[in-house]
Amino acid sequence: MTTTRGRVVTYVALIVGALLTLFPYYWLAVMASNTTADIYATPPRLTFGGHLFANIGQVFAKIDFFGSLLNTLIVAVVTTLLVLFFDSLAAFTFAKYDFPGSSVLFGILLATFVVPTQLAAIPQFDLMAHFGWVGDLKALIIPAAANAFGIFWMRQYARGAIPDELLEAARMDGAGFFRTYLSVGLPVLRPALAFLGIFTFVNAWNDYLWPLVVLIDSNHVTLQVALSQLNGLYVKDYSVVMAGTLVAIVPLVIVFLFGARHFIRNIAAGALKG
Amino acid sequence: MTAILPAPGAAPADAPARHAPVSKRKRWRYLPQYLAIAPFFLLFAVFGIYPVLYSLYLALQRWDGVGPMKFVGLENFRFLLSDATFWESIGNTLVIWVMSTVPMTVLALLIALGLNSSVRFKGVLRVAYFLPNVTSIVAMSLVFGSIFSHDFGILNWVLGLAGIDHVQWLNDPWAIRGAISIMIIWRWTGYNAIIFLAGLQALPTDVFEAARIDGAGPVQTFFRITLPLLRPVLLFSVVMSAISGMQIFTESQVLLGNRGGPDGAGMTMVLYFYNTAFADNDFGYGAAIAWGIFVVVVLFSILNWRLVQRPARGQVKETVR
Repeated sequence: MTTTRGRVVTYVALIVGALLTLFPYYWLAVMASNTTADIYATPPRLTFGGHLFANIGQVFAKIDFFGSLLNTLIVAVVTTLLVLFFDSLAAFTFAKYDFPGSSVLFGILLATFVVPTQLAAIPQFDLMAHFGWVGDLKALIIPAAANAFGIFWMRQYARGAIPDELLEAARMDGAGFFRTYLSVGLPVLRPALAFLGIFTFVNAWNDYLWPLVVLIDSNHVTLQVALSQLNGLYVKDYSVVMAGTLVAIVPLVIVFLFGARHFIRNIAAGALKG
Repeated sequence: MTAILPAPGAAPADAPARHAPVSKRKRWRYLPQYLAIAPFFLLFAVFGIYPVLYSLYLALQRWDGVGPMKFVGLENFRFLLSDATFWESIGNTLVIWVMSTVPMTVLALLIALGLNSSVRFKGVLRVAYFLPNVTSIVAMSLVFGSIFSHDFGILNWVLGLAGIDHVQWLNDPWAIRGAISIMIIWRWTGYNAIIFLAGLQALPTDVFEAARIDGAGPVQTFFRITLPLLRPVLLFSVVMSAISGMQIFTESQVLLGNRGGPDGAGMTMVLYFYNTAFADNDFGYGAAIAWGIFVVVVLFSILNWRLVQRPARGQVKETVR
């Protein structure tokens, strides 16, 4: 293993593996920057072409792509902010306060993990119809505004990270519960908020099944639904579909790359604890 | 806990009523805490508990979501048990799970071992391997759809260069399951490699030192020491992949449509549920399918847990630290 030859083999294998992993992104960019004729050609064009902006222009002209981009941004940002607020507040409370019923309530919270999403889906849709939220972004945001995973995960973090002395000091200064959360809890929880924020944003951005169900017949679709519709509508204009696909994943890749190391470290640490 | 004592003399003069105001105040004292945790529980009651209970009621009805409901008793469940498509969707889901999980675990382990040996650019490689996990499944299903395309797909072109016949990736039942599995492998290998790597880095170094002194080769060390020590992390990975594997939907739906492609080879349980409930508007039977999936998932989880727990009992707990 420690021989030079072994090390070279390891290197080459790791780099080939990484290139294979990244190949679909490269191929997406190649297809999005060529014409459909180039894509269908044999042998296929393996390098970038000069039609990227023309193709992207077509996407925005053919469907309300800007609208779905905006919808997705609204859903992802608002959901993330709500989740960060509600989850951190509840996590702070469960981690640092002992009130009647707190452990029972936390147990109930953990038990909600086992409820599979499909079981609730049809009645949820019916509920949305009653609320008049079908086709409305509220149908995506409100049910997702607080979740058991975030509260559980952040509580684990808060227990170790927030010293009791700080809470005591805040109490001595006459700070109420909410003030203590804002001035003591939130600053300490910042690294955990960063992880949960990226996690929530990514999931909200990529969510497909539920938006497909509640938004399908409306003008207010998210990017993922727009993409699958684009594919159905313009299946012959492949390069245009690929240009749309490229535009849909780039913002998320950028968001992810910003916090990637921190994010990956947290994923690994969470798995080891679990 | 720091108890806030009621101020002396604050209780009203009439003795019998003295107790009640105090306990009432005690209850109000924790109002901020209850309010702080209330949003989750309120949302869960409305969008979790109520829908689950209601779906049990719905499963006993015939309903298209618009017209009146018709009570049919256990008819939906009776039909479910004899519904060939439902059984096939269970089979497809399990087959795809096995076809993806086994290669994924092996590949992830190899990548983790590679990253764990002292290589440079570890950070960049980790990000590269992890990226698929956060990329939209819809978007990448479209990209893979073109990669797998029979006539102009790059995969068949490459296979052709190597002298291998074209594969009908989106037509042949087994190729369809293979294509979906490849997408799942692509998405989850990096994620699992990161977790295995963290597991490897947490292993005690003295055991490896001892093995080296005893003259154990790298292969022997891997199978006799690394793998058994890594067991808890491997269990975690298998359990996680089982949970997400039972929910496969997007790859099939985007790649093959609501019916899972030719012969329904890509029809997974969740796709069948979606198709019945939201494409065919058969809400009553859809609810019954959802309960069917729930039972399958519970049974599969128990089986899974049993299988991975059995050998080497006791070792798991010790090595977890």
